[in-house]
Amino acid sequence: MSAVVEASQGTAPEPSPEDAPVTAAKRWRTPIILGVVALVSLIVFGLGSKAGETTSFSISRASDFFTVDTFTLPTRTTAIVASLLALALAAYSAWAVSQSRKTGWWLPVVFGIAVMFALLAWAGGGRGATDIQITGLLTGAVVLSVPLVFGSLSGVVCERSGIINIAIEGQLLAGAFLAAVVGSATGNPYIGLIAAPVAGALVGMLLALFTVKYWVNQIVVGVVLNVLVIGVTSFLFGTLLRDNANLNQNLGMADLPIPLLSKIPIIGPVLFDHNLLVYLMYAAVGVLSVMLFKSRWGLRVRAVGEHPTAADTVGIKVNRTRVRNTILGGALAGLGGAFFTVASGLAFGKEMTAGTGFIALAAMILGRWRPSGALAASVMFGFAIALKDQLGIIGSPIPSQLLAMLPYIVTIFAVAGLVGHARPPAAEGIPYKK
Amino acid sequence: MKLELRGVTKRFGDFTANDAIDLVVEPGTVHALLGENGAGKSTLMNVLFGLYDADEGEILVDGKPAGFKGPGDAMAAGIGMVHQHFMLVHPFTVAENVMLGHEEVRGPAKMLDLAGARKRVNEISDRFGFHIDPDAVVEDLSVGAQQRVEIIKALSQRAEILILDEPTAVLTPQETDELLAIVKQLRDSGTAVVLITHKLREVQAVADTITVIRRGKVVGTAEPTASQEELASLMVGRDVSMTVDKPEAKPGEVMLDVKSLTVLDELGNPQLRGVSFDVRAGEILAIAGVQGNGQTELTEAILGVVPTTAGSVTLDGVTLTGKKIKHTLMSGIGFVPEDRTEDGLVAGFSIANNLILDVYDQAPYSKGGVLKPSVVRSEAEKHVEQFDVRTTGVDALASSLSGGNQQKVVLARELSRPLKLLIASQPTRGLDVGSIEFVHKRIVQERDNGAAVIIVSSELDEVVALADRIAVMYHGKIVDIVPPDTDRDTLGLMMAGAHEEDAA
Amino acid sequence: MSDDDKNPTTPKAPQGSDVTSSADRPKKAAESSVLVGGSDDGGDAPTPGVTGESGEGGEPTTRSEDARSMLRQITESSTLVVILAIVASLIIGGILIILASEEVRTTAGYFFSRPGDMLSAMWNAVSSAYSAMWNGAFFNADADSFSGMIRPFINTLTMATPLIFAGLGLGIGFRAGLFNIGAQGQIIMGATLGAMVGFMWHLPPGLHLIVAVLGCALGGAIWGFIPGILKAKTGAHEVITTIMLNYIALNFLAYLLTLDAFQRPGSDNPQSPILDSSSQYPQVFGAQYPLHLGFFVALFAAWGVWWLMERSTLGFQFRAVGANPSASRTAGMSVAKSTVLVMVIAGALAGLAGSGQILGTQPSLTTGIAASFGFDAITVALLGRSRPLGIVFAAILFGGLKASGPALQVQAGLPIDIVLVVQSLIVLFIAAPPLVRFLFRLPTPKNEKEVAV
Repeated sequence: MSAVVEASQGTAPEPSPEDAPVTAAKRWRTPIILGVVALVSLIVFGLGSKAGETTSFSISRASDFFTVDTFTLPTRTTAIVASLLALALAAYSAWAVSQSRKTGWWLPVVFGIAVMFALLAWAGGGRGATDIQITGLLTGAVVLSVPLVFGSLSGVVCERSGIINIAIEGQLLAGAFLAAVVGSATGNPYIGLIAAPVAGALVGMLLALFTVKYWVNQIVVGVVLNVLVIGVTSFLFGTLLRDNANLNQNLGMADLPIPLLSKIPIIGPVLFDHNLLVYLMYAAVGVLSVMLFKSRWGLRVRAVGEHPTAADTVGIKVNRTRVRNTILGGALAGLGGAFFTVASGLAFGKEMTAGTGFIALAAMILGRWRPSGALAASVMFGFAIALKDQLGIIGSPIPSQLLAMLPYIVTIFAVAGLVGHARPPAAEGIPYKK
Repeated sequence: MKLELRGVTKRFGDFTANDAIDLVVEPGTVHALLGENGAGKSTLMNVLFGLYDADEGEILVDGKPAGFKGPGDAMAAGIGMVHQHFMLVHPFTVAENVMLGHEEVRGPAKMLDLAGARKRVNEISDRFGFHIDPDAVVEDLSVGAQQRVEIIKALSQRAEILILDEPTAVLTPQETDELLAIVKQLRDSGTAVVLITHKLREVQAVADTITVIRRGKVVGTAEPTASQEELASLMVGRDVSMTVDKPEAKPGEVMLDVKSLTVLDELGNPQLRGVSFDVRAGEILAIAGVQGNGQTELTEAILGVVPTTAGSVTLDGVTLTGKKIKHTLMSGIGFVPEDRTEDGLVAGFSIANNLILDVYDQAPYSKGGVLKPSVVRSEAEKHVEQFDVRTTGVDALASSLSGGNQQKVVLARELSRPLKLLIASQPTRGLDVGSIEFVHKRIVQERDNGAAVIIVSSELDEVVALADRIAVMYHGKIVDIVPPDTDRDTLGLMMAGAHEEDAA
Repeated sequence: MSDDDKNPTTPKAPQGSDVTSSADRPKKAAESSVLVGGSDDGGDAPTPGVTGESGEGGEPTTRSEDARSMLRQITESSTLVVILAIVASLIIGGILIILASEEVRTTAGYFFSRPGDMLSAMWNAVSSAYSAMWNGAFFNADADSFSGMIRPFINTLTMATPLIFAGLGLGIGFRAGLFNIGAQGQIIMGATLGAMVGFMWHLPPGLHLIVAVLGCALGGAIWGFIPGILKAKTGAHEVITTIMLNYIALNFLAYLLTLDAFQRPGSDNPQSPILDSSSQYPQVFGAQYPLHLGFFVALFAAWGVWWLMERSTLGFQFRAVGANPSASRTAGMSVAKSTVLVMVIAGALAGLAGSGQILGTQPSLTTGIAASFGFDAITVALLGRSRPLGIVFAAILFGGLKASGPALQVQAGLPIDIVLVVQSLIVLFIAAPPLVRFLFRLPTPKNEKEVAV
């Protein structure tokens, strides 16, 4: 026993100050990237626009409580000022790194707004009567992000439990298809909206069957399921729906403006004047954020995704959890698929999701496997798409095809660790075998 | 609570891991389950804990048959287990880990009651003097602290039987003593403790009853008063000497010279803090220390696997710092990695291909970028014979070999080049006694052939048996280099950071 | 398919079974299951003689057991699983065809008065579809001339050409542990660069073709290099980067086609000028058959890939890095170099798949130039278990399914998309032999082999 008493003094030494993390080169990435972007903005948008031109921005709608007039700004000055603001933010970020301080989430957001403003000023310069519709742009961003948000939430729910979901695209497409068919058959888009998650869940079930029960590589299954869903929906589109046009109609869901809130300028139309699916999206993000991090369900799901054996040893059914989450994830993406048909007033079209599922996957990674992050990344991508459309209307100096690449390029930068490092759930992609 | 195992048998394919094992664990006692690596101890406990289904036999709790379908049932019955590889979710806090699986929740949405969990952690932590912060994130904790979290986890479930699977493998001798004190405390409070280990000293220190397992069978029981020799021969089935027969070392010129080597990890935390030492031709320098004190980084830095930020490595007068691994290997370093399945072998490759993993692009195995399969085969057959690899043929996959034979393949490959320096990390981990003796013999032989040898081992017995000099590492530094006859307590204190003068 | 027998059996009886559970080595488990070819060894030669050697390791069987064990072998063998997987996929495809058939639905309305009508309608739907597929893909017995009879198979080989190239590229990646989803983008970039050589430069015959082919390979290689270097330098996961690069390539091509230099004179559609005929693959059986030299280049490439992977030191390195990167690194190999090289070679092969299109069947650049070959090639590589010979056969099978599209449309009135269904089901079933055995009530083999896809 004496050894024990003696020894207890010698153990568990406090970490000495020299243990403190040394500033690594990686931490300079953010300020450097921000700085480069700001400089490019200054040179291209600021100095690249002609002096003397003006850009008009319009903000309000007639139905708002009060209206703000369209305002016109000198193009060059605006772009330069916005770029300089961005440059200042980059400098602040560099200072923060040198002081080992953390900057808040506001910094990249404000930075992004500044650069976007510079871009818009530049793009809208000298277009005379054509205004930059700020409200329209933002509304478009919210609406276009709907399938991305649902898709990336699907990814979050699956991957947090350890199943990689490459089949988001297929789930969206299946949801879009069934929503259109059921909605058309019943003549009620809301019944279609209910059917959409069922279709997605079916795809999720297949994913779970092959990955959890048969241990097939999750990426393989996801890729192949996408092909399968494209095949089935396109085949039925070319046969069943071709022969029965009444099964594939243009339905629409009415906008349900929220009283009072929808009348606030900018915020109202952007956030509170949408159809049911958009509100469901808000709810899904909110509920999942809380459930994933504060509830028993969330704790268990995350444990299963991080260390399934540990979860098993405390009596959590690993594979059951994974199956459930994969199906739930499929249902979420399926619901998002309804966006393409019943929620947009469109009939089903062959391969109409056109890669949205993969952008959703990217949004999930950019959002670091968090519902709130997925939302932010999805809205950013939605904004990029809306911007492309907007610039198409005003006759943009940037070819729309190049602009369409933006989300993909951003994602590559993100996974390459240039926009912060993401850590996926540790047990992701590994079948749990007992 | 009394636990009884009757005729428990567990097979994996044709391999019987547990053969009709009987075991009785009485409340308020410490029952040591003693056996070599691979004897089937952990398998037995995993059966008991419901992780594996037994093929035959039954488990009785207080005389009643208990069919555990999963760990949940075992826990509900009052059995807790601290696994050899901790079952902790790294990004979770201590409280979250402790509550996982039986969370206290509030409200209809089953929101977590974190406050309650914190309180529970603090209660148990205070009772045993663990000093664990319930809000600390597990991955930031030391290994010893993580083990205490595991114990809290088990106790928070009111475990009446606590199974500790090789609990001291990752601890310093002093931490080990602390743990053994905790074990006694638990026993005195009425808990039955099953201690799975292959370390005789620990068994003698705390066990009330000893059951010895060999090759999946109970080969006997012993009293704690039995001598180490008796226990050891029972455990391995014959009389064993823990010493290695080796002639006196005849150290030559300095072969490896390491000067103030510094290594940072990815986050910039120092893992090696200016390590300096040299090794002469014809001597074995054994590096002792608790795992995770920089030994891995040291060997990897010499080889060039991890980049160094300062210092130098010189082999036979040639600087190796900053050179590619290929270069350092070909300069005459043989490297037996700590984790042979991860770093030593390609499991899906044949033995023959594993034997040329480092020299596949050189004569005689290839010419002008083209492999010569017949040469690869014939050379492999030679090596398999020389190193006594038990296999069906050189085309057999490395994954089909036992741990000992896998290690022989790694050794055969590394020793087939002319070596100036051999680095072997944990060279005998997980091997049976026969393979251990073989590996030790080959290492000594390499020394006597004039190579400098570095052995890294967390087994103090192995260090003492092989070393011509012992370097003790702690916290990324070499505490001191001492002769092999230094006594255990001193080494132990040095492994906890005390210098020799202070320790002695 | 003899390679199938060489999948790693899970070491279910580890001597060191004290080592707790699979969680000890989670990384390993993932790697081994990612490996599409299964065990990456012993793929020594596709020569028939070698198979005898592998018996050396097996248990000896007595003569009296021979008959039974042979039966067992047939029921357990993966070849049977492959065949049954195809059968099961065709059955499910048939169900879908029946469901979609207007005639079946009409006759179902009066099923109880005249059930025969519905059954014959069902039979008609399925049989017309599958006979159209067969006729359109392999052999048209109804044709009135020999050339008409074999024309479908020639079409199939033509269609298989890009699939062989791209499948080979993906297969190398899979065996080297890289999950390259980016063949689509690599094909686009290869075809783009090849097309530029074809219609912008006017070189002498012979040389023009060679330069154009190299252009295709280079375009693909560049597009493979990007994810390769990103993975090597930053660890960016290739699945994500290659998917993104597919879309970037497509948009980039769409952008190029808006430029004047890429606009075909006198056309309003986004399509490039037609390539010089000197830059196109010659048609080997004359103008009446579409089969071009590219097919034979693809076969040569298959041999080349086999040689590279099995006989060269570079291939040894690729396989080792794919099977266990950390052990390969410790043995002195450069994982980063291997990653970049594999992606460049895979990209070059996918770029050559682009040559099968732009220099072969469709000598003008449009956004549809890659069709869906890049994604189909994934299923080809999976079905072919990443082995060159398997890939060639799988490509011919799937090429046939694709080639049957017009026949399906004309003879059975069905869209070609049914092919995608059958194709994806085949891959799913082959990836999960236990499911196939369950569906057909086959016995479980003695040593359940780990699913290697």
